[in-house]
This record gives sequence, structure tokens and C-alpha cells, in this order.
Amino acid sequence: MHETLKVRPGTPGPDVPPARSPRGGRRRAASRVAAWWWSLPALALIAAVHYAATLAGSAYAFTDFNGFRTPEFVGLENFREIFTGEAPLRALLNTIVIAVAFLVLTNVLGMAFAVALNRQLKSRFVLRTVLFAPVVLSPLAVSYVWKFLFQQDGPLNQVLGAVGLESLQRTWLGDPWTVVPAITTVMVWQHIGLTMVIYLAGLAGVPPESEEAAAIDGAGAWARFRHVVLPALRPTVLIASTMILVQGLRVFDQVQALTGGGPFGASDTLATSVYQQTFVNGRFGYGSALALVMTGIVLLCAGLQMFLLRDRKEK
Amino acid sequence: MFRYTRRTAAREVLVVLAALVVFSPMLILLNVSLKTSQNSVSTSAFSLANPVSLDGFREALAADGQNSLVTGALNSAIITGGSVLVLVLLGSITAFTLTRITSGWSKVAFGSFLVAIVLPAQLGQVPLYSAMRELGLLGTRTGMVLAYSGMLMPLAVFLYSGFTRSLPTEYEEAAQMEGAGRFAIFTRIVFPLLAPATGTVAILTGLIVWNDFFTSLVFLNGSDAVTLPVVVYSFVGTLVSRWNVVFAAVLLSMVPVLVLYLLAQKKFIQGFAGGVKG
Repeated sequence: MHETLKVRPGTPGPDVPPARSPRGGRRRAASRVAAWWWSLPALALIAAVHYAATLAGSAYAFTDFNGFRTPEFVGLENFREIFTGEAPLRALLNTIVIAVAFLVLTNVLGMAFAVALNRQLKSRFVLRTVLFAPVVLSPLAVSYVWKFLFQQDGPLNQVLGAVGLESLQRTWLGDPWTVVPAITTVMVWQHIGLTMVIYLAGLAGVPPESEEAAAIDGAGAWARFRHVVLPALRPTVLIASTMILVQGLRVFDQVQALTGGGPFGASDTLATSVYQQTFVNGRFGYGSALALVMTGIVLLCAGLQMFLLRDRKEK
Repeated sequence: MFRYTRRTAAREVLVVLAALVVFSPMLILLNVSLKTSQNSVSTSAFSLANPVSLDGFREALAADGQNSLVTGALNSAIITGGSVLVLVLLGSITAFTLTRITSGWSKVAFGSFLVAIVLPAQLGQVPLYSAMRELGLLGTRTGMVLAYSGMLMPLAVFLYSGFTRSLPTEYEEAAQMEGAGRFAIFTRIVFPLLAPATGTVAILTGLIVWNDFFTSLVFLNGSDAVTLPVVVYSFVGTLVSRWNVVFAAVLLSMVPVLVLYLLAQKKFIQGFAGGVKG
């Protein structure tokens, strides 16, 4: 077997050739095929683009930097403005509402299609291809398609009129009450295929035998899903959820293209506020503070996922 | 055990209908893009384009300067190609190095890539913007390639390391016995063995760069190097309800990715599923 031949530092293997170098040791034997400095260019890139930039951005968050003037330290002033202002709090709330609704709906619909297209159906391969197609498109382009659907005299209102639901017709993107659900709809629509594929990958790990056994015991389709399939999918749910949640928290393209944050800030999110405040209004310090709040929430969610996954492994 | 019964057939019809509803926006997009300017305003979105007209496409393609879809596509192709090249070259060798050398520092280095995957770009964008302005990289394709390579390197290394970790070491050892140098071992033996991973990395990162709007809007807006999403954004902004032209532009911007997807859909789908599972 290959396994027994693998040379790993720390695990003595019979086939490890005696160290030739006088400095010897197995670490040396393993590192002979790769040089440590090969990783330097990539490390330098992420050190600069991720770590140095994020640290500098965090530092800006406590200043009144405007992009040109020397930044001046203002302490927690920016954060006070965020947590006492109506507009930034609304952006924060919108971001959380969008992210959570996006998380729940995408998971439910993606899982439903995955279960439906897992086995049996003759058209499953075609349908998988079709449903996944929106995933590869740019969110911006997709948003314009939906902007048309949501128009005053657009297809959505036409359909509502045709089935006698005129009372539900509205200017979806112009109404402060419907604009956030409308944006969420666009995001969910684009990501159904992605979660479907993630769940199909998860379902591939559920042996059909266990489902058959449950069926023989008289379990109906729903009971089989609830008690056999769903428990087996738990790690997949966790991974898909974190990914979707983090994406939802960062939402920018769809809002920018559909409403630009309007009407009157009703659909602003943290990411669009960061863009607007920083790069349009030139408030680099305040924008950085908003971005820091967003980063904090994202890292909290990612940390929570790691904690939950670790917890599972130990059980 | 689970045979195809009449009930399965009924379920199949239901699922096909649901998929059709989900897919209908794309059909409406195609339909409206083929209408004349007059009809795109006066007729219902559901009435078929009659006569079929390519006016929208003609007008979308005729736009020039900052609104030129052709220039945008070209810039997108150059920036995407450059970024993917850097990500494949540096990502593969870094993942290989970090999984083969397993001393303390390489674990720390690998961990630093993992953390960077979840860091949102927004916070780093502000200093990056200032730094690129200082260096004269703002609004240039080189600057964008550097920025995207840095931003997506964690993902590339993460995807590659899944493969390099499971790669048997016998080939490398055999080559070593024969006296091959370290670099030759990597370029001639390891890298070709990583081909499936390279496909996944290229597709995933290429797609992210090609579709990215936020970074290119911030760094490129108003420059000559504007990418396709930024062109579509500013172009559509200038058209008020000329939906046939808007949709023609949107469709044209989708074509390259859709064609690639149809040619290699299996690879795309596997890439996403594999990338998420890690």
C-alpha cells in the first residue's frame, strides 16, 4: 500500500534512507524536495494585501483620515457616530436581515433541489446544469435582469395582475418595505444552484442502503429525509451556511446595481455604506470604522463555524 | 429498491416546472434583448420579440470610450488572465512547499492563509487604495493583477494544498534518487500531477476576478483599464429604461462565461463543490 511508503516527519518509516547530510534529521529528508523560500513570494503578497492592509485599515478606523490630509487620531468618535446614527444603524440592520434571510432561503431551496435531483429523475443532469448556470454569472449583470422584473410595469407586477392579485402590485425597489426582500430575492435566486451542488456533494456521502433500510421499516419520504438524510448532512449544512452567511454580510454588487442604497438609504448595507462614505464622500476614517464593524461580524461568524465543527469532531 | 413509478414521473414534472420558473428570468432577458427599442417599451415582457431585432446589440457594441464593452472585455481578459497565471504559479509552489515542509513556521504560514480567506476585502481596500495611488498603480492593469493575486492567493493555496497533501511522495523520491534537482522535481513531476487542482483553481479564481465589481469599481473607475462589470455599470447608468440595449449589454457581458461554462460545466460544478468541501 502507498500509505506505508509515505515519508512523514515524526513518523518513523522503514524506507527512510539514512540521512545523508551531517545535520541530518527527518525534517531535512522531507524538505529536500521543496525549498522553504519558495513560499516567500506568496507569503509576502498576503502579508501586504491582507494583513498589512487590514491592520492599516483598522488603524484608519480611529482617525479622521480623508485620503489626503495627515490622519488625526479621533479615538472612538467614528464608532460613536455609527452606533448612534440612524443611517448607519439601518445599514447594519439591513445587512443582518439580508444575510440571515439569504442564509435560510438559499439553504432551504438549494437543499430541496438537491434532494429532488439526487437520484431517480431522468432529467436530473440537465436540470443541475441549468440551475447552476446563474452561479457563474456576474451578480451585477444578474441584478439588472431583476431590476427589469421588479419595475412598476414589469413582469412581476404583470403576473400578479394576471392572477388577480392587483393589491400586491407595487414598485418593489422604490418601496422601503419591499426593497430589502427584493434584493434578498435576487441573491437567493443566483445562489440556489451553488447550495444545490454543495448539498449534492454532501448527499453523495449518504449511502442509499440506509435510506432503503428505513423505507423497508416503513418510513415515508419525509421521515427518511428527516431522520436519515438530514443528520448525515449536518457538516454540509454547517459549511454551506457559513459560506452563504459570510457572502450575505458582504453584499455589495446587488444593492449597488438595483437601488444604489435607496430609496433614501432604505436598502443601504455595510458594504455599500463603506463604498459611499469612503470612496464617494472621501471619509476614509469613518468608512474604515464601518468596514471594521463588518469585519468583526464576519470573523465572529467564521469563528463560530470553526468552533461548531471542532465540537463535532470531538464527539 | 426505489423504482421509477408513476409518482416519480409526477414528481419529475413538478421539479421541471419549478426549475423553469427559476430559470425564467434568463428567458425574459434573451427575449427582451431581441426586441426593437420601440417594442421593448410598448410590449409586455412575455410577448415574444416580433420582429426579432439586433438593434440592442448593435447599439451596445457601438458604445465607445468608457462605455465600450469590447475594451472592457479586453481589460477583463488581461487582468483575469494575469491574475490566474500568478495564482497558479505561486499558489501551487507555495502549497507544495507548505505541505511538504512541516516544521512549526510552515504551520503558522499555512494558518495565516486560512485566516486571510475569511477577511473581508473592504477593510484592507482603503489602505490598498492609498498605497496603490502612492505607487502609481491605481487605474492600471498591473495594479489590479497584483491586488487580485494577493486577495485570492489564500484561496488558491488552500485549494492546492488539499491536492498536494494527498499526493503520494513516491514520484518525488524516485526522481530524487535519479538525481533530479528540487526545482526540476516540482516543475516536471509535481506540477503536472496537480493538473486537476490547477483546473479548479483557474476556474474558481478566474470566475471571481472576471465577475468582481467592488474592487474594480474602487480602483479603476474613470481609468482606461476599466473591466467589464464597471463598463456595464456605468453604461447602464446612462440608459434610462432602454431595456433592449441594457439587456443586450448584459447578455454580451455574460457570453464569455456562459460559453466556458457550457464547454466545461462538469469542471465548474466540481470546482465549486470541491472548493467548498476543501
